[in-house]
Amino acid sequence: MYQIIRQILKTGIKTETPPQADDALRVETQRLQEKILRHVGRALTIRHVDAGSCNGCELEIHALNNAYYNIEGLGIRFVASPRHADMLLVTGPVARHMEIALKRTYDAVPEPKLVVAVGDCGCDGGLFGESYASCGRISNVIPVDVAVPGCPPTPIALMQAILTAITSGGESG
Amino acid sequence: MKLDEFTSTFNKLPGALPVWHGTVDATQFRSLCEQAVHAGGRLVALWGSDESAREARYALHVLLVTATGLLCLTVPVSAERPVYPDISDLFPAASRMQRAVADLLGLHATGADDQRKWLRHASWPGSVHPLRKDFDGNTVFQTETDAYPFVTVSGDGVHEIPVGPVHAGTIEPGHFRFSIIGDRVLRLEERLGYKHKGIEKRFESMSLEQGAKLAGRVSGDSTVAYAWAYAMAAESIAGIAPPDQALWLRALFLERERIHNHLGDLGYLGNDVALAFGFAQFWILKEQVLRNNAMLFGHRYLMDKIIPGGVTVGLKMQDKRVIEEECSMLERELAVLRSIYEEHAGAQDRFIGAGCVAPPLAAQLGLCGLPGRASAQAWDARVQPPCVPYDKLDVQMATHRNGDVAARVTVRFDELFESLRLQREILINLIGGDELALPVKQLSGNALGIGLVEGWRGEVMVALHTDALGNLGRVHPHDPSWQNWPVLEHAILNNIVPDFPLINKSFNLSYAGQDL
Repeated sequence: MYQIIRQILKTGIKTETPPQADDALRVETQRLQEKILRHVGRALTIRHVDAGSCNGCELEIHALNNAYYNIEGLGIRFVASPRHADMLLVTGPVARHMEIALKRTYDAVPEPKLVVAVGDCGCDGGLFGESYASCGRISNVIPVDVAVPGCPPTPIALMQAILTAITSGGESG
Repeated sequence: MKLDEFTSTFNKLPGALPVWHGTVDATQFRSLCEQAVHAGGRLVALWGSDESAREARYALHVLLVTATGLLCLTVPVSAERPVYPDISDLFPAASRMQRAVADLLGLHATGADDQRKWLRHASWPGSVHPLRKDFDGNTVFQTETDAYPFVTVSGDGVHEIPVGPVHAGTIEPGHFRFSIIGDRVLRLEERLGYKHKGIEKRFESMSLEQGAKLAGRVSGDSTVAYAWAYAMAAESIAGIAPPDQALWLRALFLERERIHNHLGDLGYLGNDVALAFGFAQFWILKEQVLRNNAMLFGHRYLMDKIIPGGVTVGLKMQDKRVIEEECSMLERELAVLRSIYEEHAGAQDRFIGAGCVAPPLAAQLGLCGLPGRASAQAWDARVQPPCVPYDKLDVQMATHRNGDVAARVTVRFDELFESLRLQREILINLIGGDELALPVKQLSGNALGIGLVEGWRGEVMVALHTDALGNLGRVHPHDPSWQNWPVLEHAILNNIVPDFPLINKSFNLSYAGQDL
């Protein structure tokens, strides 16, 4: 225990200032956003769904939880069930084998809900495109509010996208 | 034909790997596989191809590791009778690979016990085989229902827990069917293939350069290993050797990939036994490595830094210091964290004895890579066969005999320290120079190249077949998870359900890499 406490004290606080929301990332104006702000305030719950990514985007989503980005410190938490979630964070392309699972997960999220599509593949299908096995971009399968490009998008870009989705146009920036 | 004659009978492929390739008939194929297994050999990969441009309509290929070297066998398969001999009785890991070949190409292993579909769910009908050349990859089918016959366990008080494909965490999708009694697992059956997005078909329409990018995205956490294996295969066909400088940089990238993944896993293994401190600490270290990657090489995970012919980015001599300082920092911090993990009674209580794979079972099932080494399977493609530049580095392989979660934790720590040592050695050998890559011109036609790289999970293989014009005719990337997923089904037996996340994490297998 002594060793643990000593290590914690030695490490200190690593958390950095979060980025600002970015209007350029918004793909469509959402009438729901004001409502969501009212409902969730600064406590947002996110359900991550990997709909067929290469697992690269997941690495950066994991990194959001590290001490530097400390996303929980902003009141944003990853939850285990879509029924507990305000937002889906979806990586893709959507593999056709995941199409039904993604739709069902989306349906299980209570209204009002937000969807952030993650990564180049989530935005436009990326290198995998559309084929017998891939539906391509996330918005081909479920409605998307904000799409964040990058291969993979950095944790900062992910935080920006999440913050953009929960702040209405007028309030951001 | 005797197995040990292959080096004189078959052609050695040019390039970095000691790999011989021969075309054999079904009887010889079966006989050579039998001899290989009796001589302690292993199956690396099994894949099929459509050879419609040539005499035989299809072909089945395997890559075996033997004491003499790597042996790649090709069996021609006719269109009238698309069958080949089953080898899943010799190499149990072959079973799912054979089922995938049946789904994608319609070639069947005669006599195989398990003939169920594997990668195919509901997105295309069983009569369609996407990797056949006459199939247009853009054809979309109406989605049917995926009726998959799971093996059921019956008896008093036995019940099933279906989990997935969407899991309760930031994890890739897959389905696990637990048959349990109380908390105890009687059987686990995996159903994978949810992430199948047609990667192999995609390769066929790509140029060599585009293919390199796609190879780097088969499994994003192993982007360096895949990109290197792909480049190695292409360079074998092109008959070129990248500049020394590029080879050293590739090894540096590969060790950095191993370091950041092992750091991440050790953090999560702590997290899974309620030692959140471990997650916080290891992920601080991981983030520092990733930031250095971004600063020095322009990408946190080093994607697209390896291309056929060499690498796209060098290391400035003055920046060596950054990596040296990072090595010292990590060595210092890891020593502290290792002692905390080892002395933490709660963590050790969960680690020790959980998810045990005894060495004889590991050998029988072909467990490979990191979990293999934790169960006394002493194989590491950096050591045997040592490809350049690892032949100059005297890599110390980390092994353990206990085969439990604790052993897989120990091997990760040992490999981290070894990777840090290797990084320092590599830095000494990086002496600068402008030449980072040689141009790779058009590849020769109807050729085969093999690349094999020890990624952080285990051996990553890429087989590259060119068509008559030298384009990508067939590219098969193989992840070590093919071998290791079936072993996880054994590792969980008689453990309790709540230990599954921990045991699963201790293997940390790839879904994307096996679903393709």
